[in-house]
Amino acid sequence: MIQTLLSAETYAAAVFLLFIFATLAGAAIAVSSKILIRSVTGLALCFLGVAGIYYFLNSPFLALMQILIYVGAICVVIIFAIMLAENDENMHKKKQCICSSIAAFAASTALTVGIVWLAMHNNWQRISCQSNSGSVEQIGKSLLTTYSMSFELISVVLLVAIIGSLVLARSGRDKL
Amino acid sequence: MNLLTLGNCLSTYLVIGALLFGIGIYGLIQRSTFIGMLISAELILSGASVNFMAFSRFLAPDPTTGQIITLFIMAIAAAEAAIVLSIILAVYRNYRSIDTADVKDMNG
Repeated sequence: MIQTLLSAETYAAAVFLLFIFATLAGAAIAVSSKILIRSVTGLALCFLGVAGIYYFLNSPFLALMQILIYVGAICVVIIFAIMLAENDENMHKKKQCICSSIAAFAASTALTVGIVWLAMHNNWQRISCQSNSGSVEQIGKSLLTTYSMSFELISVVLLVAIIGSLVLARSGRDKL
Repeated sequence: MNLLTLGNCLSTYLVIGALLFGIGIYGLIQRSTFIGMLISAELILSGASVNFMAFSRFLAPDPTTGQIITLFIMAIAAAEAAIVLSIILAVYRNYRSIDTADVKDMNG
């Protein structure tokens, strides 16, 4: 009994449960907090948990990318926007309509229950052997062979997004 | 279902993805500021990414497919965040507010 409690599998399961808890708690903080900067902190916690879940899905590369891009870039950009745009009187101006909260809760509960029911009751055919291990080397190879077209298109999309956001944020600067 | 084998089971990851998606939908409807809605949209995207990763780990013949799609989702999310934040800045300059109820010039 003691040996099973102290084995590596027990530790792995505990860490996995911790990541799941971080993900769900962070998501709950992100949508329920009234102060936007706390929402962003919850979002960062949620992304860290998702990175841990990626690690358990056999892809440490994606876990590191998740931390680098989501926690390191997107959360910081959102924090910049909050510092630039949020003013304090907005927070206490009006009460949130309670019926909108109820409607949101009903809609999201219905969607979640439907998806969970589908996921539980579908007979997923687990594949016996996969063609490669899904390592970083394999990702790099298929990114530059099979998916090279989408790779180039993504870089064009990113370039257009950078230029477009610069143009949008630059116009009307004299009003600030 | 044993607690020790929870990480080696497809349904666990599908349920996590569904919960992230549902929480994101709740926030998207209930939030009243643009930045709050952007945060909820990021939650929905990460729920989709978890689903892709789980399917590529357990069901796909080639396990790199889902990882590459998740990388593309990250790039799209970064581009989306940049565009949305510059739109928020433009709206804030014109209306002095990031509340969705205040932007109603074309309200019928």
